Parts: sequence; structure tokens; C-alpha cells
Amino acid sequence: MKTDVLVIGAGAAGMGAAIAAAKRGLNVVIAERDEITGGILNQCIHNGFGLHYFREELTGPEYAERFREQLEKLSDRIKVFTDCHVLKLGEDRKALLVSPKGILELEAKAVVYTSGARERPFGSLMIPGDRPSGIFTAGVAQRLMNIDNRKVGHRALIVGSGDIGMIMARRLTLEGTEVVAVVERLPYPGGLLRNVIQCLKDFNIPLYLSSTVIEVKGRERLEEVVIANVDEQFKPIPGTERSFKVDTLILSVGLIPQVEMLDGLVQTDRRTKGVACSNIGQSSREWIFAAGNCTAIFDLVDYVTKEGERAGEYASRYAMGERFSQNVPISPGENVMLTFPNFYNAVDDLTLYVRCKKPMEKAMLKVGNFEKIFEDLIPSEMIVAKIPNQKLSGLDRIVVELKEV
Amino acid sequence: MEKIVCVLCPMGCKIKYNAVDGKIISLEGNRCPRGVSYLEDELREPKRIVPTSVRVINGEMPLVSVKTSKPIPRRLISQFMQTVKNVKVEAPVRVGDVIIKNVLETGADVIATRTVKRVNSA
Ligand SMILES: Cc1cc2nc3c(=O)[nH]c(=O)nc-3n(C[C@H](O)[C@H](O)[C@H](O)COP(=O)(O)OP(=O)(O)OC[C@H]3O[C@@H](n4cnc5c(N)ncnc54)[C@H](O)[C@@H]3O)c2cc1C
Repeated sequence: MKTDVLVIGAGAAGMGAAIAAAKRGLNVVIAERDEITGGILNQCIHNGFGLHYFREELTGPEYAERFREQLEKLSDRIKVFTDCHVLKLGEDRKALLVSPKGILELEAKAVVYTSGARERPFGSLMIPGDRPSGIFTAGVAQRLMNIDNRKVGHRALIVGSGDIGMIMARRLTLEGTEVVAVVERLPYPGGLLRNVIQCLKDFNIPLYLSSTVIEVKGRERLEEVVIANVDEQFKPIPGTERSFKVDTLILSVGLIPQVEMLDGLVQTDRRTKGVACSNIGQSSREWIFAAGNCTAIFDLVDYVTKEGERAGEYASRYAMGERFSQNVPISPGENVMLTFPNFYNAVDDLTLYVRCKKPMEKAMLKVGNFEKIFEDLIPSEMIVAKIPNQKLSGLDRIVVELKEV
Repeated sequence: MEKIVCVLCPMGCKIKYNAVDGKIISLEGNRCPRGVSYLEDELREPKRIVPTSVRVINGEMPLVSVKTSKPIPRRLISQFMQTVKNVKVEAPVRVGDVIIKNVLETGADVIATRTVKRVNSA
């Protein structure tokens, strides 16, 4: 089978890409291994989505449903394959699709890769102690509670104070699981202040900063978790241990872009660990475009949709024969932890996403001839700047800096 | 001046304000007018939108996600959860359907935030 554009993954990025490509008149196949489209949005039943895109606040399922409706309206051009895992993508632009109906080989003129991210697992934390049941990543616990109607435990401790960890603290509390603490190794909360208030303070859930889990104990099921304060190098400080009797440990310690399928096909970025892309979503392999959490971890789904739409648009222009010229590399400078995209192509403006290295009260973002002041910066909150073409002309390298002012 | 973070949306505006006896005298930092009503509520009676789920009978999945159509008093949240726990709806449910009207006399409805189709049952 042949198509113009193949979209791999039907989360926010993939749905945006498929719709954008179909609106340009192309034939699109979107393949999703889950039973329905929407990706992570389906299990995020909290509100906090869509404020930039729709100018109203929606829950994850509501946000997903609006795009699902558009996919249906464009069904003469977009074929939606759910329950369909893309197993392999070859250099010959042929993809191998596997579903209960069988195996299908599909050849595409361009591919948009939007596979999302994985959660960092327990094993990666190297915590000493036992390996009992009762330890979940936040996303798994969220899925069990919000989709499958299962209670995960009675007393829980949460590691990681990003938005996901804090939202899970509220969710567990509402569902009758006592949350004894949220533990964060940084000296400040990892997520939005808004969530510190409505997810932790509202329910009197203690937040232990500069702290980490140093041991887990339990025979069959988790019985006890020991935490301790950490120094600046995140090393536990002896004598500061504190123990909690809990049957559940929830880990919310970061997402990692899912890129394995493109191994050997495209370059990844050392810092984001995602597919390295230009501002039009193009990867180092000219017919593969990518968007969303497989390129860099985004705070807001609204940004993911925008990036998906852009990748979909340029992938369809590529499929129709347009070619895009050389890219200028973008790299992080002073006070900048990471930037996205990784390359700049002058066919379009640059929407730049930046994470700072440390909290700052006020800083000037400098990119080429572009300058803009931002206030109250924290690493967990992405800075977004739209930088017009002419501010970047003639540069052969773009360095992104944040100067404290 | 006091400082407060508006939780009504992900913008999370940091509002600086002066208040005497719960009456706002001056404020700055809110990027939309909802910040004013948030602050007024926060001084008098903090309110929150509550997202959760409700059981579905004969649905393609066991739960339908729901939310309050507007913020409800924070002190009623645990009572609200008890109420919701005891409710079951029959599939199909469409996004936007009212599941409970005027929940706990708050003036807010509980509305479905997803569509759950009916499974073929005998
Ligand atoms: C717990 C949590 C809470 C969040 N809260 C908020 C919030 O309050 N507000 C907000 O704006 N944003 C929030 N976000 C962020 C936002 O939801 C995500 O950034 C966004 O939805 C990611 O979209 P995506 O399309 O990149 O990835 P995903 O939604 O992960 O979609 C990727 C899809 O690709 C599919 N897939 C992967 N590989 C294959 C394959 N080989 N074959 C077929 N299919 C494949 C997956 O099944 C998945 O459906 C939250 C994120 C999480 C995880």
C-alpha cells in the first residue's frame, strides 16, 4: 500500500500533523498502537489543557476529542489505523504495520514521527533495597486509576514534584489513598506554582525539598520507604534519614523521548535526547519529520499541537516535491539548559522553546538580534519566543542566552 | 503588598495585592479579569474546579471522566467526592452531558469530559 504522508503515533502531535497534511489535500495514514487516538491526553483527566490553542481550559480527554472530531471530518483523506503498531521504518521509506488484522507494508513519500515519550523507570534511579510490588511510575498509576478504575494502594509516597507528580498527589488523595509526602531532590518545586497550591497545599500534603529516597523495604508488597536530605551534589546527608510506612511508591522523575525506532535513521540531540529537528520539524533524514515529546519534552499540549501542525505542513510540502535548504545549528549558551528546535531553516519564523538552568527573577533572552525580557523563570516552565526571520538573517550559528538583569 | 498565584489556568499569574478586612484595595499582575474574581474568592471562600471520574454501566470503558462546570468551594471537595462515588451512569455518554445538576447546591453541574460509547449487551 502507498500513501503520501504516514504519521506514526496519534497523540496531540500526530493528530495535529495528520490534520495539517490532509488540509493541504494529501492522503494521510495515521497509525496508533492504542485502541483510540489521543495518546497521553486520554488518561490526563485533570484540567489544564488548551488555554493557548482554544482560549479555554479543557481536560485532556476533552482536548483529544476536539481533534478526533476533525480526523473524522477529514476521513476521506485521513485513514486512522488504531490497534496498529508501527514496528519498523526502513531507509526505503517503507514501514511495517502490525495489527490484529495482520501485517501491512506501507510506502510513504514523507513520514511524521510523533511517538511521544516514555517515563523514567525505577531501575534508572539505582535505589538500594528490595524490589517488592507497589512501585509504580506516575503514568502507570494514572492509567490504572483513570482508565481502568483500579486503586493503586492505601498509603503512598511520591518521588518528583513536577506537574505530573503533584497532579497524582491530588488524584490519589481524592480517591482515598493517603499521600504522606512528595519528595523532591531540587531545592525548589519542579512544577508550576499553580499545582503546588491546588494539588499539595489544598490537601496539606507535605513537600520535602532537597530530599531523595535512599532505600525501599518490603517482602512481597512495599512496606517502608526511607528518605534523606541531599547536598548540592544530590548526595544523601547521613543522619537526616526519615522513614515512612507506605505500601505504594509513585515515581514521577522525568520523561524520555521515545526514539528507538529511528535508531540509525536520524540524529538525536544530546541534551533533549529526542529527534534533532529544525524549526519546520525536519530531521537529519530529509523525508522524516518529527514533533511533540519524541523531539523534546513539552510542558503544554498546546505547543505540541502547534509543532505537530507545522511538521505536518512541511512534510506534505516535501511530499509534493518541495525541498528545503541548509540549516543553521542552534545551541544553548549562558544560563540555558536546553533549547528546541535544534536547527533553524529560514523558510519559516523561529518558535523557540527554552529551559533555563536555575530559577531567575528577571532575565533577558538574547538570540541573534532578538532580545526580550522574561520574569520569574524556573527550569520547569518553558520559555517560548516567536522570533521573526529578519532577526536571524546572516547567522551561521545561533546561540541562545539568558542574561540575568 | 501580598502575593498570590492564580490557579484558574496554567498561566498562573502572580497577583500582588493590598486588602483590608478581606476587601481588595489594589491589585496588579493579573493578565485577565478572572484573576480579580479568583482573588475575591480566595479572600472569602477558596474555590476549585474538581476533575474526577464516574462509573459507567454498559460502557466501552468502566469510567467516564467528569469535571465541575465551574469552581466549587474547596471545603466541599471531600463531600463532593462522596457524592460522585455513589453515582453511576448508563452508557452512552457524550462529552458535555450533565451527569449531576447543581451538585451540593453549589450552582455547578458535574459534566462529562469524554464520550463513552455503549457496548453491545444483551
Ligand atoms: C501525566 C501528564 C500530565 C500532563 N499535564 C498537562 C497539562 O496539565 N497541561 C498541558 O498542556 N500539558 C500537559 N501534559 C503535556 C502534554 O499532555 C503532552 O506534552 C502531549 O500530550 C504529548 O503529545 P505527543 O503527541 O507528543 O505524545 P503522546 O500523547 O505520548 O502520543 C504518542 C502516541 O504515539 C503512539 N505510538 C508510539 N510509538 C508507536 C508506534 N511504534 N506505533 C504506533 N503508535 C505509536 C503512542 O501509543 C501514543 O498514543 C502532561 C503530560 C503528562 C504525561
